[in-house]
Amino acid sequence: MPASLPDVDTLIGRLADAIAPVMTADTVIVGIHTGGVWIAERLHKALRCAHPLGQLDISFYRDDFSRIGLHPQVKPSNLPFELEGRPVLLVDDVLLSGRTVRAAMNELFDYGRPASIRLAVLVDRGGHELPICPDFVGISLDTPGTQAINLSRLDDGHLTLSYA
Amino acid sequence: MNPQLTTDGRLRHLLTLDGLPRAILTQILDTAESFMDVGEREVKKVPLLRGKSIFNLFFEPSTRTRTTFEIAAKRLSADVVNLNIASSSQSKGEAILDTVDNLAAMHADMFIVRHAQSGAAHFIARHVAPHISVVNAGDGRHAHPTQGLLDMFTIRRYKGAFHNLTVAIVGDVLHSRVARSQIHALTTLGVPEVRVIGPKTLMPTGIEQMGVKVFHDMENGLSGCDVIIMLRLQNERMKGAHLPSAQEYFKFFGLTPDKLAFAKPDAIVMHPGPMNRGVEIDSAVADGPQSVILPQVTYGIAVRMAVMAMLAGGAGA
Repeated sequence: MPASLPDVDTLIGRLADAIAPVMTADTVIVGIHTGGVWIAERLHKALRCAHPLGQLDISFYRDDFSRIGLHPQVKPSNLPFELEGRPVLLVDDVLLSGRTVRAAMNELFDYGRPASIRLAVLVDRGGHELPICPDFVGISLDTPGTQAINLSRLDDGHLTLSYA
Repeated sequence: MNPQLTTDGRLRHLLTLDGLPRAILTQILDTAESFMDVGEREVKKVPLLRGKSIFNLFFEPSTRTRTTFEIAAKRLSADVVNLNIASSSQSKGEAILDTVDNLAAMHADMFIVRHAQSGAAHFIARHVAPHISVVNAGDGRHAHPTQGLLDMFTIRRYKGAFHNLTVAIVGDVLHSRVARSQIHALTTLGVPEVRVIGPKTLMPTGIEQMGVKVFHDMENGLSGCDVIIMLRLQNERMKGAHLPSAQEYFKFFGLTPDKLAFAKPDAIVMHPGPMNRGVEIDSAVADGPQSVILPQVTYGIAVRMAVMAMLAGGAGA
């Protein structure tokens, strides 16, 4: 069993400190369901973003749909702002292959043409299969690809990382 | 075994709502819910069915049903080909299978089938290769499952649940595939009271065995209803012995504001379209505040997207 995983609040604080200098008045924050939205909610608050939080469910954009089919409970994507010409901070919990981020970028462009997209992830596990690198990382962990890392939310809203 | 399901219980074809388990119906409605926002985006499209070829095989003309299937397929990024095969020589037995074989040789992935003969979609579904799915878009008097599903979606959106509703289906139940699909879906989803209202000449014998209550007058039939579904009255029925005249029909069974008042004050009015105004429904009701007839059309796209996505997804597993 690998070493214990770090405290999520500490990682979010680290992310917020790194992102704060590049936040502009027109930057919008978009989280990827489900874990990315939890992290995005926290960053949204910490960075005092004035725009509503965006949420993406990338189920309709997955590249493995023809093999595994549709997830029965797709949550609607919700981008309650004009995306056109805005800087976007895209947030996910764990980055592994990069396929989720690719799907999320494809979906974002179906809503409009953002000025830029920056990627923030809580955990970068390496093992990328696409040329996608996060701009902001809570922590980089070099764990075997078979060892899943899950973010979960307790009833009181507290976030924790665990090995599955 | 249900020919509509795979061995592991997923949807393989959609031919009828008769015998489909409640879990599958609910899954289709939930999936449709998630497709609802796609129609409101800047780009009204998601890439789920990119590269899939869907053929609309319409042996019986229907502009609106064909259009909604076409839009649904296009919003999923599928390629759609419309074939209107109205000539009778091409619409029977061997000729149908020849058509289907030719399209399969063009690497079709899905057939949407509309035919005046009951059982046509089943016939094609039995014949096609395992990777091809068939959707029944209306066969004779038998079934029109996507219409039934979009009606359930509409009811759930406006009423929230099924377990506490009284639903009335009004009109030409005898000739209506829509009514049959609705009754199967309503009873499967747990609606405690499903009523059918219409003249004796337009009511099939033994319909009570489907679990419905039969009424021959609007006042008793509509009393206490939460949902009223009007059926289209085919004009050709007037020519036969079924009905005296359109005026006579409207007088007894046409939904007017006065008759609508027998139902609950918050009852919704539905119609599968196209409407015969002044025959089965009064314009004051069709365009009135309780009418959800146009939302039904919008929901129909999301429901058909859900069905096609569920049929196409996971096929290679």
